[in-house]
Amino acid sequence: MLAAREALTASRRAPLLSVLSVVTIAFSLFAFGLFGLAAINIKRALEQVEERVEVRGFIAQGTDIESVAAAIKDIGEFPEVARVNFVNEEQALVRARTEMGEFADVFESGVLPASIEVNLRSGMRTPDNVKSVAERMRTYRFIDDVRYGEEWVEKLYRLRNIATVAGIALGLAFAAVAVIIIGATIRMAVLARAEEISIMRLVGATDMFIRLPFLVDGLVKGTIGGLLALLFIWLAHRTVNEYFLRTVFFDRELIFLGILGGAVIGVMGSLVSVGRHLRGI
Amino acid sequence: MIRLHDVWKEYPRSGMALSGVTFEVKKGEFVFLTGPSGSGKSTILKFLYMDDKPTKGKVWVNGVSSETARGREISKLRRRIGIVFQDFRLLEDRTAEANVRFALEVTGAPKTSIRAKVSRVLTQVGLASKATSYPRELSGGEQQRVAIARALINDPFVLIADEPTGNLDERATRGVFQLLRDVNAAGTAIVMATHDLDLVRRSPYRTIELNHGRLVFDSSDASHQRPPPGMEGVEVPDDQLPEGRVSS
Repeated sequence: MLAAREALTASRRAPLLSVLSVVTIAFSLFAFGLFGLAAINIKRALEQVEERVEVRGFIAQGTDIESVAAAIKDIGEFPEVARVNFVNEEQALVRARTEMGEFADVFESGVLPASIEVNLRSGMRTPDNVKSVAERMRTYRFIDDVRYGEEWVEKLYRLRNIATVAGIALGLAFAAVAVIIIGATIRMAVLARAEEISIMRLVGATDMFIRLPFLVDGLVKGTIGGLLALLFIWLAHRTVNEYFLRTVFFDRELIFLGILGGAVIGVMGSLVSVGRHLRGI
Repeated sequence: MIRLHDVWKEYPRSGMALSGVTFEVKKGEFVFLTGPSGSGKSTILKFLYMDDKPTKGKVWVNGVSSETARGREISKLRRRIGIVFQDFRLLEDRTAEANVRFALEVTGAPKTSIRAKVSRVLTQVGLASKATSYPRELSGGEQQRVAIARALINDPFVLIADEPTGNLDERATRGVFQLLRDVNAAGTAIVMATHDLDLVRRSPYRTIELNHGRLVFDSSDASHQRPPPGMEGVEVPDDQLPEGRVSS
């Protein structure tokens, strides 16, 4: 109770410093959160592209439907496979005409072969897996050719790996910068109350008692900073959505984690700063 | 009550601060700690409130040993010690009353007893009428009285004063010193570091003199009694001891 009152009194005595602390925490978390949101959206976009990775086996003309049905059942049981579709000659023609738009007329009936389209499970779309499924499909006598955009799949996979590594590295860097800035801000608040701390020690306050108001202070500032950062990120997200492209926002769990992260950084920053200060005097 | 046994202190940069200091302070005693700047007075006071530890030797304060004392035990000991400094160390943004109350609040004293206790000590130091004044509205002497009131709030067994009159004019010095005498008369021991040789000479209290970290004179100890520098060969009548034995 006294800790909360002391924390409030300290904020009232130095309102500018308190506002500065909250804003610094908010902006540090904003930068980190904005990067996080961008990373989530890039990951989602890549996943959407990945979903389009498919292996297509073209069926020789005159193949009986029973053999094709047996093959579809077979392929559907491959562990990597999520979905198998049969596209007959007419469906292939309709699809080609739709995709080609004004050049639709170049295709005539009977030109395009029927095919088996295979979609792989999420997480199983590595170039090796795609190639392996294609190889197994080739073993069917009635499958003339198998296409899966070999180069494209490899490029996509490489891009995903680079994005993941860059995301983790940049995320860690952003988080480290946020922690350092927040730590320095809290240290400033601790130094502003150095005299008070030294008197508390001299009159016999325990270290825990001295730490408590700072922890409460850190908790409150960290939480408010986290909420403000979330508000800024949401505004940025809305602006992007309105003027540039459709993006997704954090889900509930991530919002909660973000606010909790602010509070934890506030408390940890206070704990470290006061601890260092107490050891130093 | 307080005992230093063969205490040595060496700092990594400034070297030896204390060399083999031994003395005791009894319950209710008034002791002056004198000596030139850098002689080790403040280091000894820090040992007494366990803000620092000897490099060698032991310090006991009210049964607490410098060798074994840790966090909570030191905090508890400090609640039974009053500490006063030359620069008062008051919180500028709190009234006199709040400054005194602060010492009780941060040690978890029961809320119900705080008001009465604060009022009692402020009356004791003669500042009941200035309870709501801020330090900047008080004279140096009054600020030191507030600091003494804060030091007395927990009924300490000893009051440690580091140059408490160093920032005060003669009149304020007399007032603060009289207050310390009153506190001592009520049973609290006082260990006071001072440069004010006049004050020391005029008082009948025990004097311990330090020089270059060594105890060179203790008026209660026959083995340490010797004339101070410049007084060698001068006859000092017994009834004037401990006056005139403090080096300048």
